[in-house]
Amino acid sequence: MYSNKWIGSLYITPFVIGFLLFTAFPFVASFVLSLTDARLQDQLGAANFVGLSNYTEMAADSTFRQSLGVTFAYVFITVPLKLAFALFIAVVLNFKLKGIGLFRTAFYLPSILGGSVAIAVVWRFVFAGDGLLNQALAGIGIGGVNWLGEPTTAMFSIVLLRLWQFGSAMVVFLAGLKAIPEDLYEAADLDGASRLKQFFMITLPLLTPVLFFNFIMQIVQAFQEFNGPYIITAGGPLKSSYLLPLMIYEEAFKYFNLGYSSALSWVLFIIIAVFTAVAFWSQKHWVFYAQDRDDKGGH
Amino acid sequence: MSVDSVRLTDVRKTFNGHEVIKGVSLEVKKGELVVFVGPSGCGKSTLLRLIAGLETPTSGQIDIAGRDVTYAHPSKRGVAMVFQSYALYPHMTVFDNIAFALKIQGLPKAEIEHKVNAAAETLQLTHLLKRRPKALSGGQRQRVAIGRAIVRQPDVFLFDEPLSNLDAALRGQMRVEIARLHTKLNATSVYVTHDQVEAMTLADKIVVLNAGRIEQVGSPLDLYRKPANLFVAGFIGSPRMNTIKARVREVSSDAVGLDLPQTILSVPRVGAQVAAGANVTFGVRPENLHLAATDEEAHLSGYVILIERLGGETFAYVTLKDSEGEPLIMKLDGEAALYNHQEVRLKIDLNRAHLFAEDGQAIGVSPDFADKTDESVHV
Repeated sequence: MYSNKWIGSLYITPFVIGFLLFTAFPFVASFVLSLTDARLQDQLGAANFVGLSNYTEMAADSTFRQSLGVTFAYVFITVPLKLAFALFIAVVLNFKLKGIGLFRTAFYLPSILGGSVAIAVVWRFVFAGDGLLNQALAGIGIGGVNWLGEPTTAMFSIVLLRLWQFGSAMVVFLAGLKAIPEDLYEAADLDGASRLKQFFMITLPLLTPVLFFNFIMQIVQAFQEFNGPYIITAGGPLKSSYLLPLMIYEEAFKYFNLGYSSALSWVLFIIIAVFTAVAFWSQKHWVFYAQDRDDKGGH
Repeated sequence: MSVDSVRLTDVRKTFNGHEVIKGVSLEVKKGELVVFVGPSGCGKSTLLRLIAGLETPTSGQIDIAGRDVTYAHPSKRGVAMVFQSYALYPHMTVFDNIAFALKIQGLPKAEIEHKVNAAAETLQLTHLLKRRPKALSGGQRQRVAIGRAIVRQPDVFLFDEPLSNLDAALRGQMRVEIARLHTKLNATSVYVTHDQVEAMTLADKIVVLNAGRIEQVGSPLDLYRKPANLFVAGFIGSPRMNTIKARVREVSSDAVGLDLPQTILSVPRVGAQVAAGANVTFGVRPENLHLAATDEEAHLSGYVILIERLGGETFAYVTLKDSEGEPLIMKLDGEAALYNHQEVRLKIDLNRAHLFAEDGQAIGVSPDFADKTDESVHV
């Protein structure tokens, strides 16, 4: 019977075609483009091979250095804060209280909405000069703050948007918390460990696999943040919220430097890859897996 | 008068309007190993958790070592518990697991090491101290759980079905180890199990629980010889006691005459309070049923429907003639010559028979057991 095998393959072709066309091809093409001086308005045939000069050019590009600094700051601020916040909310929502399901839903909602353009637009209204936040502050006698007009406060407003989307990390933490057997806490109760000690001596160590997963996901996502800063601050003021994805976008579609933009994409890709690799390498020092097979008890 | 180690006074516990512990009063003496036994859902684990402080009673009082601890925090009760799942901290080594409570207490490092090493030696865990729980066998994990308890030197040890996760061979071995440990430490222990063999072999005193109430308290042999009711009679002893429905024919000062489906029996009885005509249940343990040598000494007859040969002993299942009741189980010698469908005549050791009223309560005591008391059991 030939049919089963071929029909099976047929079912996965939509995915395979989509993957080849929209993921694999752009992936390879962007690398090839990054070695040329291709410009968006010209024929691709007109592009010249320039070797690594797009990459060497970055070293002298002060905008790139500014953007890289802002991106690192954004990632290093948002990732730990968001993880801590998500874990805190997860611990609270893990209490056995009446109507806790309702709270869990309510706290998860921002994550469903958070990544969308609409919410970024709402955020802009909230933080605008005559926005909701300033009106509320005026109500209690505090003078208007130019949230989006000052470098530090502009960064603050986009950081806050990211923290507000803690839901998906929170849900994963919550699942991790639920997987810790109740009798471990009962044993610790009998042993006289306080709630705080139980959290640091039992909960946190047993949650490290989940923490690791969330850490990787958050690092990867934070490096690629685009919607928030693009809509709320447009990278400003004074490029204070000009994250790398914004620069990649503007180089390609505002200045038409397709080659340089592709090179920037590859630099971002390499940065994310290095961070992920370092995280994976480091996990043997801090991630505890209850189920692994070859543990001989410590390192 | 010595203070009881654990005293429960009319303890009740309600979960969501459903009362699972219905007024339990009990005393555990210092150094005693008391076993709570009963079918699942009888409340034995809940009762243990109430003593541990993991649950709070709805009403009643719990005293440990003469102190009211009804509402005290689990760590302030002087109890240590061995959980069914062992509840070992999977990310800590055996040493750290055993040392956990001592570290929380803030003891000096040298003292912790001394105590952990002593406990490890008692339990033969010394060579495993650096391992994590997942690198241990079930029996080793069990010993770590026990080590974690003994290192705290509690007033009372609590065991919640500690052997139920082990395979049969290991269970027997650990049972002996726990018994030996109890003798060595002479610590007051409360032990929960659904396994009546564990209860019989380990306990100084058995508490039989059913549906949130105590059915009977006594030494293992007391419960075996003089079950207070049908429930205890059926629960203690393996294989279980045989029962036959009967009607009282006549009552004299030292015997009760019974009408059984096949025969008329005069059952010797001490202190029987029952009226002629009453419906009763006649009970006889498998080892008190014998093959009759002659027709004259036979009480019952029937057919063998199944033979279980265990080597040292043989269990034969016999259906009585003209009876639709459960088959009777006989415990015979391992070499007993029997075959399936064989017609057999049975002799009942009437001096060791049991009798229960319609409400399940025992009627009198058989003469062989009447003068045997708790004291004659313990040497």
